[in-house]
Amino acid sequence: MTDPEDRALTWSFNRRAFIGGAAGTVALPLVAKAAGDANTAAVAADLSLPVDVTLQINGATRPLNIDIRTTLLDALREHAGLTGSKKGCDHGQCGACTVMVDGRRVLSCLTLALTVQDQPITTIEGLSQGDQLHPMQQAFIDQDAFQCGYCTPGQIISAIACVKEGHATTDGDIREFMSGNICRCAAYPNIVAAVKQAAPAVSDEQKG
Amino acid sequence: MRPFAYSRPTDANSAVQALSAAASANSPVADAAIQALAGGTTLLDLMKLDVMRPSALVDINPLSDVWSAVNLDGGNLKLGALARMSDVAAHADIQKNYPVVADALKLAASPQIRNMASLGGNVLQRTRCTYFRDVSYENCNKRNPGSGCAAMDGFNRTHAVLGTSGQCIATYPGDFAQALIALNATVEIIGKSSARTVSFAELHRAPGNSPQIETTLMPGELISSFSIQGRWPRSTYFKVRDRQSYEFALSSAAIALEVQDGTIRDARIALGGVATVPWRARKAEGLLKGEKFDDALASQVAEAAFEDAVGSKHNAFKIALGKRVVARALHQAAAMEI
Repeated sequence: MTDPEDRALTWSFNRRAFIGGAAGTVALPLVAKAAGDANTAAVAADLSLPVDVTLQINGATRPLNIDIRTTLLDALREHAGLTGSKKGCDHGQCGACTVMVDGRRVLSCLTLALTVQDQPITTIEGLSQGDQLHPMQQAFIDQDAFQCGYCTPGQIISAIACVKEGHATTDGDIREFMSGNICRCAAYPNIVAAVKQAAPAVSDEQKG
Repeated sequence: MRPFAYSRPTDANSAVQALSAAASANSPVADAAIQALAGGTTLLDLMKLDVMRPSALVDINPLSDVWSAVNLDGGNLKLGALARMSDVAAHADIQKNYPVVADALKLAASPQIRNMASLGGNVLQRTRCTYFRDVSYENCNKRNPGSGCAAMDGFNRTHAVLGTSGQCIATYPGDFAQALIALNATVEIIGKSSARTVSFAELHRAPGNSPQIETTLMPGELISSFSIQGRWPRSTYFKVRDRQSYEFALSSAAIALEVQDGTIRDARIALGGVATVPWRARKAEGLLKGEKFDDALASQVAEAAFEDAVGSKHNAFKIALGKRVVARALHQAAAMEI
């Protein structure tokens, strides 16, 4: 594992993350702090005020000040500067926003950010070890498992979960358990090949 | 999405109190100003679409510690309402003793949604009627009581053929509910002052003249668990849809049989994708009891299951399809090696 501190530093040097992150910080002093800790039964008195939320993203603690309605996807993309997770349909129908929460793949577009404060979140940005790609990332490149690439971050997160859940033993199983990730370019045969390629390494990683 | 107040109570009593705070006995639970948030896969979707407009969400996920238990003691099954679909579908003892439950859950939604969605939320999911989900259509008796039904003269290919009324033909979209119906499940419900247990078949209401009232839940009430008596190893869920995975049923059937020496002692049939509520085909079931299973009997039962079906312009195909689904599901259940 990379030191979480290092990751917190490196993300800010990414161009897109820098722009997103900078925009987020500018807004901070301008907004009032909402009353109450979201973990208690307390309710923010003025619903229009942002609330303080702390997320554990890719091993880094990220305090954010966000509207109560903010989904995990928007918190990642618009506030934490992590634009790897993609917004496809924003209604739980395409899987482009798939991230891991507490080791389980979920749809970040249908998750309110403030409901997952105490749980570790892993996004596509948290997979590589420095320049060393995760075996599933490498497999997607080796197998040419994408064309436009928009669904790819969600596909890769989902694929890792698919293997760890034990659902990557046959082509049919992979297709069924990857069905929550739609690829408009229809790179499906190559996605199945990539999942098969990376499956042994991902299984070993889990055992290790 | 409209702004809402958020709370996260840590025990059931506080949750029910919070949900009851502004509950009006006259407002349907589905339209209540205070909504319980579990997996959120229906609620947040419909809030983004402005179909649901709660002013407060009560996050009941902290109750998961107590309410997500799966208990198979004493030869019966009890499922906590906050158990997640994926966990129950993957449970080895449920796959063995209640395959209809495991199959119905596994064939629903996507792996991500199954990881999020709770069983309680699953049975309460709202219809996928496109006119209900699109607020630019004013005429939806479910959303705006008395406004009419855009689906009646609209594109109603996915709509219901059983349990419809002159007010609404929206299909109940779920799968798991059919398994519960077929297994005569009961549902445990807690409210502000008391708890009650009712037959799961009494939870959903057919649209009739008030399609906006979808369940018999009272304002402030929460489903805490589901119970099934006995074991049902000869049970199965068969689902036909427009694509092979990650799609709602056009037609599905949950079947549970008890067979002794080749004779059917008990038979349960529930239909999905074709009705306004999780649908029990009682008359069709009756034809199976005391009989030996064969192809002719399967066809006869299938005919009976859709005897009262009424198609609309685009969905009449569901009647023919539904019969074949029932017959095939019966064959599947009869052929199971127990």
